[in-house]
Amino acid sequence: MKKGNMRLIISLLVVAALYAGGFLIEHTAGSKSMVVTVLQKGAVYALIAVSMNLLNGFTGLFSLGQAGFMLVGAYAYAILTIPMAKRAAVYQYYDGGWVQFTVGVLPALLVAGLVAALFAALIGMPVLRLKGDYLAIATLGFAEIIRAIVQWDTIGPLTNGSNLLKTYPTLKNIMPGNTVLFTFLVVGVCIGLILLLINSTYGRAFKAIRDDEVAAEAMGINLFRHKQMAFVVSSFFAGIGGALLAMYQGSLQANSFKSAMTYEILLIVVIGGLGSVSGSVMASFLFIACSEWWLRFLDAETMLGNVQVPLLAPGFRMVVFSVVIMVVVLFFRKGIMGTRELWELGNRRQAKGGRKS
Amino acid sequence: MFDTLLPYLLAGISVGGQYAMIAVGYTLVYGILRLINFAHGDIFTAAGFFMIYLTASLPIGLSIPLVIILTVALGFVVERVAYKPLRSAPRMSIMISAIGVSYLLQNLMWYITGGLAKQYPVLPFLSQTIRLGSATTKLVTIITPLLTVGLVVALVMLINHTKIGMAMRAVSVDFETSQLMGIKINSVISVTFVIGSAMAAIGSLLYFTNYTAVTPTVGAMPGLKAFVAAVFGGIGSIPGAMIGALIIGICENLIKAAGLTAFSDAFTFALLIVVLLFRPTGLFGEKTTDKV
Repeated sequence: MKKGNMRLIISLLVVAALYAGGFLIEHTAGSKSMVVTVLQKGAVYALIAVSMNLLNGFTGLFSLGQAGFMLVGAYAYAILTIPMAKRAAVYQYYDGGWVQFTVGVLPALLVAGLVAALFAALIGMPVLRLKGDYLAIATLGFAEIIRAIVQWDTIGPLTNGSNLLKTYPTLKNIMPGNTVLFTFLVVGVCIGLILLLINSTYGRAFKAIRDDEVAAEAMGINLFRHKQMAFVVSSFFAGIGGALLAMYQGSLQANSFKSAMTYEILLIVVIGGLGSVSGSVMASFLFIACSEWWLRFLDAETMLGNVQVPLLAPGFRMVVFSVVIMVVVLFFRKGIMGTRELWELGNRRQAKGGRKS
Repeated sequence: MFDTLLPYLLAGISVGGQYAMIAVGYTLVYGILRLINFAHGDIFTAAGFFMIYLTASLPIGLSIPLVIILTVALGFVVERVAYKPLRSAPRMSIMISAIGVSYLLQNLMWYITGGLAKQYPVLPFLSQTIRLGSATTKLVTIITPLLTVGLVVALVMLINHTKIGMAMRAVSVDFETSQLMGIKINSVISVTFVIGSAMAAIGSLLYFTNYTAVTPTVGAMPGLKAFVAAVFGGIGSIPGAMIGALIIGICENLIKAAGLTAFSDAFTFALLIVVLLFRPTGLFGEKTTDKV
């Protein structure tokens, strides 16, 4: 009991330190610096990656629909929060649109998650009966269908068709100067809730389904109900993640939520380790830092003395990056953390407990 | 009525045939490795770029065989480097590797081309215009279905009547037993990828005659649709893949004719989901049972 209390205090301290760190970095480096961008986008991706990990890593459902649910969440958020005064300008082709009210940021975030979860519940009913790669391709298909429907002209007054949605509250103008803190808070709460779910009886049932579906069913776990639950919860947080991404970007268009986005998140999850929340979080920050910041120099044509450094040209960064990812996928299949969590590393008993990967 | 629909039907058959060329690659690989080769669409795109860069310095007659050879080499290398080391790994790992390869190929093509759309060369023979009843169309519209049927028949013959075909069938039924019977699994799998890539290269020659702008991600959509076609026809079945692709191509264009262009892509996936729910093995697929 005492040991448990100690751990709780330590983890709370670590979280507080992270928040304080984010806060201090933003105030010393300034809102426009690269570090802040990485922290913002990395946190958003962390939430999305963890939500995908809940499905792919913890429940063993290979779903590729994440971009679709992010899209739903992002649109729900943007549609609800565009200020009344600006609606006429945004929906200029659709007479100001159907929605004629505005909601606060936090309720809108919640609704974004709920709408995504609702979509997931509807889609999950037929799709979750499929196995393995059929599930992957069906969810991928659903993401594409959602993207097509959102851009459909007939519901343009709701979604603005294929035009941009903008002028909704973004990270910059919600808590000016404290964008990192805001993102960290929302993402932290969400990831905390996911962790609670994973450590509950439901979470153990998810892992049982991942390790052996037939055995899990024989032990009395209702397969469909638990899969549906994992799917809906994962989509709920993907929806919130999508809304946060919209806030980060400042403007929104359905066309950016392509399957390539899902692939990117899947690769983050794999790098972090399928079945490790802390792995996904670390991998997200690493991924964003590399792609936005540390590897930037590879894109610039550089001169060393009089010689132009070969290969360095726009796009080379992503090539190097994808080669690194392939190396991880091929040779370090467990990723950074495997199925372990950061806070379990020192704990020998749990490591011995023999979790199957 | 018929006169207005005819151009759409023709376009449907043509694009369906082109999907069929890609779908064969998916269905063959899936039949043997149980792997959705997500990189197949990018190999198709790469074939388009090979053609563009080769015709810049070589005559078209020489470029075409070279394109096929290069694409085949690419497919072979991808299999050896990215899939072979994972042969004993869980299936999810191979699929992730396939997604990784797709990501790598797209980024590589973006780097090489600078991200700009490139113009596909005009193939004079395929681009000739001809009149069919009330519709004018390119010769490629007529050639595609003929060539597709011809190649599919040849492929079915190869699989049913040659030694390598027999080996492919054996490997698709049982990996380990066929290994015990002295079949060299790795070379059979390589042959599968070689055939699939060659078909994708030929498909790209036909496809880009109609859609002449090649970008690094241009192959993703036809790739996915071809995969849907393969599932629809019953994955593992080559004639099934062809028929599925033709149906998808025609339906897609009829939807365009109805003025719902935005939904032509969505339709394909809706079809996929309906098929998976009611007939998971597709039109011509064999029934499989799960082993515990």
